[in-house]
Amino acid sequence: MSAAAPSAPVAGSTRPGGSARLRRFGAAPSRVTATVVLVVVGLVFAVPLLALVQFTFRQGTDGGLTGAHYAALADPVNRGTYQPVFDGLGASLVIAVITVAIILLVLLPAQLITALRYPRLRRLLEFVCIVPITVPAVVLVVGFVPVYQVVSRVAGSGAWTLAFAIGIISLPFAFRPIAAAITATDMTTLSEAARSLGASWWTVTWRVLLPNLRRGVLAACFLAITVVLGEYTLASFLSRTTFQTALVLVQQTDPYVAAIFSLGALLFGFVLLVAIGRIGRRRTRAGRSRTKESA
Amino acid sequence: MTVTAPAAPASLVATGAAVELQAVEKRYGTHRALAGLSLRVEPGEFLSLLGPSGCGKTTALRALAGLEAVDAGAIRIDGVDVASVPANKRDMGMVFQQYSLFPHMTVRQNVAFGLEMRKVPSSERKSRVVDALDMVHLADFADRFPHQLSGGQQQRVALARALVTRPRVLLLDEPLSALDAKVRVSLREEIRRIQSDLGITTVFVTHDQEEALAVSDRIAVMNAGDVEQIGTPEELYRSPSSAFTADFVGQSNRMRGDLRGGDVFVYGFRVPALDTRVDDGPVLAIVRPEDIAFAAEGVTGTVVSSSFLGSIRRTTVRLDDDTVITVQHEVGDRRTAGQAVAVRLLGAPVAVAPLA
Repeated sequence: MSAAAPSAPVAGSTRPGGSARLRRFGAAPSRVTATVVLVVVGLVFAVPLLALVQFTFRQGTDGGLTGAHYAALADPVNRGTYQPVFDGLGASLVIAVITVAIILLVLLPAQLITALRYPRLRRLLEFVCIVPITVPAVVLVVGFVPVYQVVSRVAGSGAWTLAFAIGIISLPFAFRPIAAAITATDMTTLSEAARSLGASWWTVTWRVLLPNLRRGVLAACFLAITVVLGEYTLASFLSRTTFQTALVLVQQTDPYVAAIFSLGALLFGFVLLVAIGRIGRRRTRAGRSRTKESA
Repeated sequence: MTVTAPAAPASLVATGAAVELQAVEKRYGTHRALAGLSLRVEPGEFLSLLGPSGCGKTTALRALAGLEAVDAGAIRIDGVDVASVPANKRDMGMVFQQYSLFPHMTVRQNVAFGLEMRKVPSSERKSRVVDALDMVHLADFADRFPHQLSGGQQQRVALARALVTRPRVLLLDEPLSALDAKVRVSLREEIRRIQSDLGITTVFVTHDQEEALAVSDRIAVMNAGDVEQIGTPEELYRSPSSAFTADFVGQSNRMRGDLRGGDVFVYGFRVPALDTRVDDGPVLAIVRPEDIAFAAEGVTGTVVSSSFLGSIRRTTVRLDDDTVITVQHEVGDRRTAGQAVAVRLLGAPVAVAPLA
């Protein structure tokens, strides 16, 4: 019998690397076209950001540059002026934590149960989760106002209560990456295999399913955080102070500092998106290097 | 390549359990997937559930594993009804059709998973994992991830993972169907060797009759949610109790005949009928290709094509009444398309079915 001798995986059975790129040669645009497209797209994103950076160093209207606006942030004299921004940032971070909790404790279990137990309800859940993106924020606010009158009576008017509303408008952004991860994983077979090996449902979820959905779940959480940090309409109309409303407030007295904080928020969002891309790629890369060793 | 198979590790030898399904029913809406299925698997036996798609074989296996709840009936392991016991408490090892290794765990972690669930001490766990991987010849692959293994290697790891816990019953749900032909043959032989060495009761689901005939102690041919016939591979092949079994197990020709007093008259040849429940009159006789031979005189026809199959040759002949049959014969007897031939029945007993 031939099965006795262990052998390295057949080259064709491993994941394609460079050879796949070569095969795409005929279908890909030329190098010049690709470069032009990338440069134009890069400029669309880079020019406003560079302008924003330049603005934070601008000295009045004479065109000179200065670091004074950054230094002013640390000056105790300005504490009263900038305090709303720090308060708003703190409130936004609390809202972000609660929003992520809503994603992890409500949306994720709902998607898991739907995928494993009630696959026919997947379309319905998807529809419910996607609906908020089709409704303008101003229209949503109209619906939220009477709801928040009750919320204020029950839970007070703290900024953290805004997390319930933002949790809803985060659903479309959080649903997609989790759904993609679920689709890419044969959850039914994995959970049945784990069950047949003696695992409880809790163990199946914690030890088998979640590690394979890690990338999608983290992406959902990061996107929810970026939604929180970018949300203005709900906070403004529901009279809660968040990072964005505080920025608008401070911008009226010191536009330079408002620009510095906006830049910081953008960089934070950028870092989160890079992190999403990196997570999950780590294991693939480790796997590839091991495959090379065995070849 | 000839390889001396290692003896089964003592740490994995299990005591085969008796499995019994009694009047098991399962419905999906209006569809009756299991229609009062009853069968018994003896301790240490290798039983295959064989049948076409939708006959209920996978449902029966999943019901046995606890992955499908049954609507009625009893499922007994060593006499104890486990129909209401959840899958994780049934103590059965299962290998699935799809690759089911946990992608984020190494081979070693995959195999150790079931032992962790049973809270086996770490030192014993390590030695049993090594034994299990040795058994499937993959000890050198312990630190690899599933995506670094070929399909055949993944299924061997899945087999080691299913057996390392010393389950009472091993369930195999078409574990070879995703593999290429050569790997299928070598892996099925390996599964059979391991099963014999360990003495574990095994239920194997397949739609591939060749696979079932090659490895099973007994085969249960399933049709419409129930067992059509159960017996050894030889019994099913030589003495099918129905036209369905005769048609499904092995290759066969359907030829018109006339049943009279337990014998069938096919093109003037008299052969005994296997199924005595069919009434006398016009019938379809299910005749094996090896029970027909070329002859100087007999039923005449024209050769359509001829296939070389290694040790034998099969030739398709269109008879003068347009019935197309297959004749199995020696490799040296070459027939060419268009050649006029005559065939005769050798007289082996045949299965019969009422003419619709």
